[in-house]
Amino acid sequence: MADLTSNFIGIKSPNPFWLASAPPTDKKYNVERAFEAGWGGVVWKTLGSEGPPIVNVNGPRYGAIWGADRRLLGLNNIELITDRPLEVNLREIKEVKRKWRDRAMIISLMVPCDEESWKAILGQIEDTEADGVELNFGCPHGMAERGMGSAVGQVPEYIEMVTRWVKQYSRMPCIVKLTPNVTSILPPAQAAHRGGADAVSLINTVKSITNVDLDHFSPFPMIDGKGSHGGYCGPAVKPIALNMVAEIARHHETRGLPISGIGGVTTWRDAAEFMALGAGNVQVCTAAMTYGFKIVQEMISGLSQYLDEKDMALSDLIGRAVPNFVEWQDLNLNYVTKARIDPDACIKCGRCYAACEDTSHQAIAMKPGRVFEVLDDECVACNLCVNVCPVENCITMVELPKGTVDPRTKTPVGDYANWTQHPNNPGAHAAE
Amino acid sequence: MTNSPLTPGIVPARLPADNIAANFADHAAALDPHEARVAADRCYFCHDAPCITACPTSIDIPLFIRQIATGTPDAAAKTIWQANILGGMCARVCPTETLCEEACVREAAEGKPVEIGQLQRFATDTAMAKGQHPFSRAPSTGKKVAVVGAGPAGLACAHRLAMHGHDVVVFERRPKAGGLNEYGIASYKATENFAQREVDWLLQIGGIEIRTGVSLGRDISVDGLRADYDAVFLGIGLGGVNALRAPGEDKAGVQDAVDFISVLRQTADLTTLPVGRNVVVIGGGMTAVDAAVQSKLLGAENVTIVYRREQEKMSASGYEQDHATNAGVRIICNAAPLAVHGNGSVREVEFAYTIDTPEGLKQTGETFRLKADQVFKAIGQTLTLAETGLVVEQGKIAAAPAGVWVGGDCATGGEDLTVTAVAQGRDAAEAIHASLMAKG
Repeated sequence: MADLTSNFIGIKSPNPFWLASAPPTDKKYNVERAFEAGWGGVVWKTLGSEGPPIVNVNGPRYGAIWGADRRLLGLNNIELITDRPLEVNLREIKEVKRKWRDRAMIISLMVPCDEESWKAILGQIEDTEADGVELNFGCPHGMAERGMGSAVGQVPEYIEMVTRWVKQYSRMPCIVKLTPNVTSILPPAQAAHRGGADAVSLINTVKSITNVDLDHFSPFPMIDGKGSHGGYCGPAVKPIALNMVAEIARHHETRGLPISGIGGVTTWRDAAEFMALGAGNVQVCTAAMTYGFKIVQEMISGLSQYLDEKDMALSDLIGRAVPNFVEWQDLNLNYVTKARIDPDACIKCGRCYAACEDTSHQAIAMKPGRVFEVLDDECVACNLCVNVCPVENCITMVELPKGTVDPRTKTPVGDYANWTQHPNNPGAHAAE
Repeated sequence: MTNSPLTPGIVPARLPADNIAANFADHAAALDPHEARVAADRCYFCHDAPCITACPTSIDIPLFIRQIATGTPDAAAKTIWQANILGGMCARVCPTETLCEEACVREAAEGKPVEIGQLQRFATDTAMAKGQHPFSRAPSTGKKVAVVGAGPAGLACAHRLAMHGHDVVVFERRPKAGGLNEYGIASYKATENFAQREVDWLLQIGGIEIRTGVSLGRDISVDGLRADYDAVFLGIGLGGVNALRAPGEDKAGVQDAVDFISVLRQTADLTTLPVGRNVVVIGGGMTAVDAAVQSKLLGAENVTIVYRREQEKMSASGYEQDHATNAGVRIICNAAPLAVHGNGSVREVEFAYTIDTPEGLKQTGETFRLKADQVFKAIGQTLTLAETGLVVEQGKIAAAPAGVWVGGDCATGGEDLTVTAVAQGRDAAEAIHASLMAKG
């Protein structure tokens, strides 16, 4: 069994699976259940400034998107930061950390964007013996209207400023949690880096409306006939999160900045993908909220088995796919593949045909007896047939060896050449 | 209770009333809305879907399933009814395992087809429960059409004709409309008076008058109808039953399986319906299975289906055969009846073992006897009609005079299936409509 022990910016945990700052980490009772189930660490649900706690709505806090059999694919929430008194949270954090010394305990923070507020809260949490802080610059709903959360995360200068305050007034490792509700994730990550952040974590939730109640004509979740945007999370946001993590991991200014990957991590495989694209560990919320804390046991066994089968250490996995994450212009335009349909595996549904014929390149022929065949002189290898085929590996993309004539272009497959070298690219010649 | 499965002879109430009620309850529980959504989601929405091709009425199955999946079962039902106005009954009685579900690509992929029949029932039941009829009539054409037989073919024909604006009179020899849906289908497949409820719902379109107790040949004639109406449709089914041609078949206790099923369907209190202790059913089709299973459900101790050829040749589907054996019915194949023994009433049936050879079925010479106090003959039905102007080939109507169309079991091409009869009735209506309108 592979060693999953994790050391993320000096914070040790028995595995790289942390629970993200969210309802599951709001209090001692839940967190202890999580630790009993095997979670490596938690980011305690965001604390605010001392004083009267915030209040939440008393109607639905969540909206959802479902797949077949009501499998939850995406969740959106309008819950705010903790609504429990600060001193209660601080006392419980300390109790739990003392009892579970081997687990990571991070405190998420969100206070008004002024130096005094940050100085005050950092002083108040110093005594908890927690392992680090995470700055919540991500929540896109509610708190953002009050100048906090994503309102900070959308302004790189604010990120840098607050991060500096935190590093100035605290010796704790500092993770900056980023919002995806920006045009590019790089300026916020660079700002956190300049401000001295020990790591970034991402993504926080995506501004969203899950659905509209077509009887009451209100966005959902619906509170007394009205809806506000929420923050979207769960498996649906994973592709967005993977890209943002990878962009930070490969950029020359932020390369090497530790990343805690968040966004739809549901299985060990999702976690491995985040780590391969540069995440040092992962944080999970929606999967736990959907299935309970026990899922971490599958994540542990699955990641261990994968690492054993690949004969890799956990550290070998982290960032392993980053060098292969390139710009479009770096892709090999002389890499030619053709779709191949395995007639033995084919169940004759014809979805490949409908997709190709109606919406793509008319490169699949339907022959008598519902036999489907690829027309190599039309196939551009777009992969749509593979994606719509209900049978895994029934349709595959087969590479044409170098020198073979592509029946579509009537030209032989050549050596590596990308857009920067292509004759149709005016820029390719201008650069010479 | 005085009787039990062990009581000799043919007696009623072999089981307590609540057991019989449970035995004859809906044998395939309807899907609830969530089950339907899950089942619908399994459909791949195939291109030029094989299930449509396999359906005799060519229902657009992927479309209606998608309509269920998106929460519009009423639209799904309308899609079904556009092709098959008796889609509710067909959802219950179609041998889907040899039609749409056999063709389903998920049958090929996993051996688990999309539950098309159950989904069709979900859609049609949901829409029918609202009591509305989704079709309306075109402006009146002033044409009158006679339909003989209120079975699936006649009803489908009548409905389509009425929709096109023609006025239809349906003549039915039995007291109720519905044909085999009312008199010939196993009771547990169409519970809660579904056949009549479906007829009532169908008639909501208007323009259809049903006259029961009117028999072709006795009360009306084809020539008479041709004179009085603009067109005639014959969907008269098969009125006769093949004989065993074995000595002793006239003994008491020997009867036609279709009559037993028909009586059973019309019996309100099944504890009053007598059944034998030892029941032998001779035949290999759906009628044999329906008679055998229902005998068992009434409390017969031993029920045996005896079929003269090998099991693969039984016209009852594998699913139906399993249904029978699961109910406790024994199936003996390759055995042909030689004689019915007994003193006045049947006591035993003697069979000869047979073997299928290239030259035909041969008896091996070995015989055996089965105890029997009730014997059901289910070896096929025949056309009982000697009408002038009709060309009969191989026991079915092959051609009719001008102005007369035929469909259903009485017509060549009929497959003894409700769904085929519906298709033929519907298509005949379209042909009649085209003919009447062409004449102007």
